[in-house]
Amino acid sequence: MYTTELKEQGGKVAPVSIVSEDPELVAAFEARVAADEFIEPKDWMPEAYRRTLVRQISQHAHSEIVGMLPEGNWLTRAPSLRRKAILLAKVQDEGGHGLYLYCAAETLGTSREEMIEALHAGKAKYSTIFNYPTLTWADIGAIGWLVDGAAIMNQVPLQRTSYGPYARAMIRVCKEESFHQRQGYEIMMTLGAGTAEQKAMAQDALNRWWWPSLMMFGPPDADSPNSAQGFRWRIKRDSNDDLRRKFVDATVPQAEFLGLTIPDPDLRWNAEKEGYDFGEIDWEEFYAVVRGEGPTARERMKARRDAWEQGAWVREAADAHEAKRRARLAA
Amino acid sequence: MAPSLPTIQPGDVANAEKARAGGSFDAGEAVEHHGALFDYLLRLGDDSLILGQRLTEWCGHAPALEIDLSLANIGLDLIGQASLFLNLAGEVEGKGRDGDRLAFHRDVLAFRNCLLVEQPNGDFAQTIARQFLFSTMQLSLFERLTGSSDHRIAEIAAKAVKEVRYHAELASDWVVRLGDGTEESRRRMVDGLDWFWRFVDEMFQSDEIEQSLTRAGIAVDRAELRQGFDATVGNVLRDATLPLPEYPRALTGGRIGHHGEHLGHLLATMQYLPRTYPDAVW
Ligand SMILES: [Fe+2]
Ligand SMILES: [Fe+2]
Ligand SMILES: [Fe+2]
Repeated sequence: MYTTELKEQGGKVAPVSIVSEDPELVAAFEARVAADEFIEPKDWMPEAYRRTLVRQISQHAHSEIVGMLPEGNWLTRAPSLRRKAILLAKVQDEGGHGLYLYCAAETLGTSREEMIEALHAGKAKYSTIFNYPTLTWADIGAIGWLVDGAAIMNQVPLQRTSYGPYARAMIRVCKEESFHQRQGYEIMMTLGAGTAEQKAMAQDALNRWWWPSLMMFGPPDADSPNSAQGFRWRIKRDSNDDLRRKFVDATVPQAEFLGLTIPDPDLRWNAEKEGYDFGEIDWEEFYAVVRGEGPTARERMKARRDAWEQGAWVREAADAHEAKRRARLAA
Repeated sequence: MAPSLPTIQPGDVANAEKARAGGSFDAGEAVEHHGALFDYLLRLGDDSLILGQRLTEWCGHAPALEIDLSLANIGLDLIGQASLFLNLAGEVEGKGRDGDRLAFHRDVLAFRNCLLVEQPNGDFAQTIARQFLFSTMQLSLFERLTGSSDHRIAEIAAKAVKEVRYHAELASDWVVRLGDGTEESRRRMVDGLDWFWRFVDEMFQSDEIEQSLTRAGIAVDRAELRQGFDATVGNVLRDATLPLPEYPRALTGGRIGHHGEHLGHLLATMQYLPRTYPDAVW
């Protein structure tokens, strides 16, 4: 999640060509990756590997930052001091994840400003999930439980991804994600044990977040053209559909424990495959959200652009002050 | 027919008894002591709560990621302080109210925060001005409260003082950066500070409540903090190449519940869930 190939044209893009590279260097590089060695910033790497990583890591970083907004929407309205503190710590963590990831991507030679400008220009993508609105407090529970839950499922394998700085960032991120999921599930448990209104709120949140959560794993494997190269380069370690199945299998019993119903009439235990069969995802909706047509897509991008533009004078002042300070030290 | 006289209540008699024993000054104090401590803890807790609440409004919208993280950090510390003070206030009051009850089920007139903290965020320079003035005051207050004769207050202050030292440092660094940055940042910093000068005096005022607690060694005489505050503000503004203020006529009232118009809106947002679903546990 946060890293599934989200391209401009409905998720389809031609695999990047590596023909113009020195074949010996490419062979040595691929042998190292195949041996599960980490590639470090100073090492030689194919241009396509570099570009794919910048796209993937920056997309992940953008997702963390844009992901602060739907939950941030409830910070001022968290219903107890404890919940307010936990949610603030959680959203702050997401900002920290964004920071590690921008730093990891910068080691590949693209500056944070360039990446942020690509996001604001609509050239870079972020996870589709953050284009849905948070309507009630239960949405904060559902996001922690489902969205961070899906994040863990996707990010745990990335701790062994081939690019060293990315893998190390993922190790730090994963440590915090399990706290995120637990706080979300704890909110859901409290609501599930609460008043009739709270239970209804929890069920409604699950109804709205279930399908978008499944979409987080990206298009079906058959429509995931970059996968082969991603696997060979150890940038991707599990297929979208495998991760999605794993997520469904882990989550259905959690929903049952909460006394909630998964909004999928086709959901059924399949004893033969020892997993759940589930209904067809609305891929038309998924691609629409990828294109930037999600319910809160415009609000999210506007919030990010406004923060960036309205904060420009602050960043300029910090730079100007630093320059003055250095000049005084040199004098 | 007997003339109609005000009825003497049992409480009046009890007060009169005490007055004879301890002198009229101390008598009121002994009776009021619990109420005074409760009120004082609300002042401490509400300052932190309301400013923490304001800072959460920035989350996800700050000028840079690093600033977002710093503001969230300060907000977290303040909300933590608020929980400690308000839970203690509830305990002292002894009516079964806890920190959440106090935070989410009091109306404007019962809030005891100073006016400065309830002011809207404004632009980043205003937020920094507010933080700088508040944290500078709070640091000197908590440094002294670590010696409070009420060990519960002393403990909270000891924990919080480390956090607040960082808040004050971070805010003054930004005052210097913005003051001595660009033309625009300087103008905004001047405006930001200008917006808040009228709320400074209130932070150093004390009343009967605080004076009685100060005599008991529980509270701190806020007037004694002023000199250090003025010196710090002077130093930071000099580093920032900013003009020193002439303090305008002070606005006050927060400590007795007479707030500005902004607080009601802040509370409407903050308290909406527990108020809408009064039977629910979250
Ligand atoms: Fe995260
Ligand atoms: Fe993540
Ligand atoms: Fe998370």
